Amino acid sequence: MEQLLFAGGTIVAGVFGCVAWFWGSNWVLDGLYPPRGVDAGRNILRANMIRPWLFIGPAVLFLSLYLVYPVVNSAWRSLLDADSRAFVGLDNYRWLMGDVKFRESIFNNMLWLLVVPAASTFFGLLAAQVTDRIRWGNAAKSFIFMPMAISFVGAGVIWKFIYDYRAEGQEQIGLLNAIWTSLGHPPETWLTLPFWNNFFLMAVLIWIQTGFAMVILSAALRGIPEETIEAAILDGANPWQLFFKIKVPQIWGTIAVVWTTITIVVLKVFDIVFVMTNGQWGTQVLANLMYDWMFRGAPDYGRGSAIAIVIMALVTPIMIWNIRNARREML
Amino acid sequence: MSAIAGTKARLVWVVNLAALALVLLWTIPTFGLLVSSFRDRDQIANSGWWRASMSSEATSFVRAGTAADQAQEGELWVTAGNVLTEGQNLSAWGTNSRDPAAYAPGDVAELKDGQALSVAEDGTYRLTSPTEFTDQRGMRIFLTTTAPPKFTTGNYARVIGAEGLGQAFINTFTVTIPATIIPILIAAFAAYALAWMEFPGRALLIAGVVGLLVVPLQLALIPLLKFHNEIGLGKGYMGIWLAHTGFGLPLAIYLLRNYMVGLPREIIESARVDGATEFQIFRRIILPLSFPALASFAIFQFLWVWNDLLVATVFLGNRKEQLVMTGVLRELLGSRGGDWEILAASAFISIAVPLIVFFAMQKYLVRGLLAGSVKGG
Repeated sequence: MEQLLFAGGTIVAGVFGCVAWFWGSNWVLDGLYPPRGVDAGRNILRANMIRPWLFIGPAVLFLSLYLVYPVVNSAWRSLLDADSRAFVGLDNYRWLMGDVKFRESIFNNMLWLLVVPAASTFFGLLAAQVTDRIRWGNAAKSFIFMPMAISFVGAGVIWKFIYDYRAEGQEQIGLLNAIWTSLGHPPETWLTLPFWNNFFLMAVLIWIQTGFAMVILSAALRGIPEETIEAAILDGANPWQLFFKIKVPQIWGTIAVVWTTITIVVLKVFDIVFVMTNGQWGTQVLANLMYDWMFRGAPDYGRGSAIAIVIMALVTPIMIWNIRNARREML
Repeated sequence: MSAIAGTKARLVWVVNLAALALVLLWTIPTFGLLVSSFRDRDQIANSGWWRASMSSEATSFVRAGTAADQAQEGELWVTAGNVLTEGQNLSAWGTNSRDPAAYAPGDVAELKDGQALSVAEDGTYRLTSPTEFTDQRGMRIFLTTTAPPKFTTGNYARVIGAEGLGQAFINTFTVTIPATIIPILIAAFAAYALAWMEFPGRALLIAGVVGLLVVPLQLALIPLLKFHNEIGLGKGYMGIWLAHTGFGLPLAIYLLRNYMVGLPREIIESARVDGATEFQIFRRIILPLSFPALASFAIFQFLWVWNDLLVATVFLGNRKEQLVMTGVLRELLGSRGGDWEILAASAFISIAVPLIVFFAMQKYLVRGLLAGSVKGG
C-alpha cells in the first residue's frame, strides 16, 4: 500500500515537475524577452530561437543519458578488462572469436534471423489475406493478434506446457507429446533435442509476432487500389495469381518494414531463451550470453560489453536504413 | 460466369476453414493453460487438459492394515478398512504391481497360505487369513480409480498468497504506471517542437530519434546501473522509472511527432496570429487533438513495461518481495518447473491485465502500429 502511495506521489510529482518546467521556463523566457515594447520584434525572434530547446530539452537530456551515453560507454567498456579497470584493446573481441558459446550464439541468432521474420511475415500475410475475406474477420484478427499482449515470460510458460514431457507409459500432459505419441512415436523431450530445440523456441516468437505482421499487412492489402485488382480479375487472373503477382508486389515496402522490425526483435531476443532453456542444450543466443557474462557468477563487464556491441553492430544496418527512409519521407 | 461463382463458393469455404485453423492454432496454447489453471493438482498431473471435462483415471496403491489392526472372527483373522479417499471411484484393483488391475470391484482374490482379499466397489476391503497376521507393514493393494472432473480456484488463492504473486502484482503496478505517464509528458512537448517549431538541428534530432528506436536495451544495462549507483539512486523504483522513461522516449517522440505533423496547419497558424503563446497552443490545441496518438503510445508503453523482465531484473532488487510478476514467474519456472497448477495460475494472473488492456484498447493499439511505429524489446 505504502509503495502505491509512493508511486502515486511520483506520478503527481513527475507530472507537476514537467508542467512546472515547461510552464515556468516559458514564463521566464517571456519575461526576459517580452513580446511587446520597443524591442518586440527582436525579442520575439530571440525567444523563438530559444523556445524549441525548452520544449525538447528534457527529452534530449533523457535520450543522451539513457541511450546515447550507454552506447558510447559500452563501446569503451568492451575495450577494458573484467572490472573495467585496465585497457586491454581488442582482447575481448579476440576472445569472442575463439569462444565456443559465442559461435553457438551467433549460429543460433542467424538461424533465428532466417526463420522467425520469414515465418512471421508468411503467417501474417496468410492471416491478413484470409481474415480480410470473411465475415468474422475482425474477431479472428483479435485472437491471432492477442499473443502480442502476452509477455515473453508468460508465453514461455504457455509453450513449456505444450512441450511438457512425461516418461514413456505415463499419460502425456503436453499437447505436442500427446499428439506425437498418439501417432505411435515414443515421447520426446523437445527442449533438449539438439538443433531442433531452437525451432521449438522460435515457434514462441513466431506465435507472438504473427499478429503484428498481420495487422500491418492487412492494412497494406486493403490500401491497394480497387481498380488494379478489378483490372487483374477482368484480365482473367485466378486468385493465386491475383495474390502473388498483383497484391504482394504492391506491398513490398510494407513487407520490408515488417521484416526488418521483426528482425530487430529477433536480434534482441532474450526472455524466451532465458526462461525456457537458459541457453542450455545448444540454444544459446547473443542477448542471453551477454546476460550470463554481465550478471551471473563473477561478472565480466569487458566480455559482456563486447557481446552487446556485437548486437549493436548487427542492428546498425537496419538503423541506417530506417533513418534514410524517415528522411526521404520528410522531404 | 457460373464457373466463377462456383469457384468462389468453394473458395469461401476454404478461406473460412483456413481462418478457423489459424485462430485455433493461435489460441489453443493459451486456452490450454487457462483450463489447467482451474484444474485440480492431481488431475493436471494425470491427464491432459483437453480431457479436463472427463473423469480422470489414476493408478496408485495403498497399504492394508498391519498386524496391529487385525481382529479375530471365529476361526479367521481379519483386517478391514477402506482404500478410497473421497471423490474417487474404484474401477479395478490388484495385489501385484505387474498386474495392478487384475480384479474387478467385488472380486475375491485367493492369496498364498489360504489368505483372501476382497475389495468392494465402495472401497471397503477385507483381508482374511486362517493364521494370525504378523506383518509390520500392510500388504500393498493396487488401485485403479477414476475421479470426476474437479475444478477449483484454489490454485489462484494459493499463488496470490503463498507464492508472493499478490505482492508482485502491486510491485508491477508501481513500476508500470509512472513509467507510462512520465515519458508521455516529456515526449509530447518534444514532439510538438519537432513537428511545429523551426530551429537549426531539427532534422538531425529527428534522425537521431529514429536511430535510437532500435538501440538494443542490453547495451544500456551496465552503464546505467553504474550511473545510478554513482548518483546514489542504486536499485529501486526511481531508477527503473527513469530507465523506462529513457527507453520509451524514442518511440513516444516518433509516434507523437508523426501524428502532430499531420494536424491541420491552419489551426496552429491562426492561433499564432491571434497571439496565443506556444505553450497555450500546445496545451489547448495540440494535446487534445493528439489524444489518439497519446493513447496508442500509452498502451504500447504500458504493455512493454508490464511485460518486461530484463529491465526489472537489472534495475530492481532480487529479493522475493521486490520482484515484479515476470520475475516471480521466472523464479517459479526454475523452482517449481513441474507444478503446472502453480505455473498456470501465476501466468494467468500476470497476463490478465495486459489482455484486458489489449481487448479494451485494441483500436488504439492498431492505430499506433500503423503509424509506422514499432519497438521490440
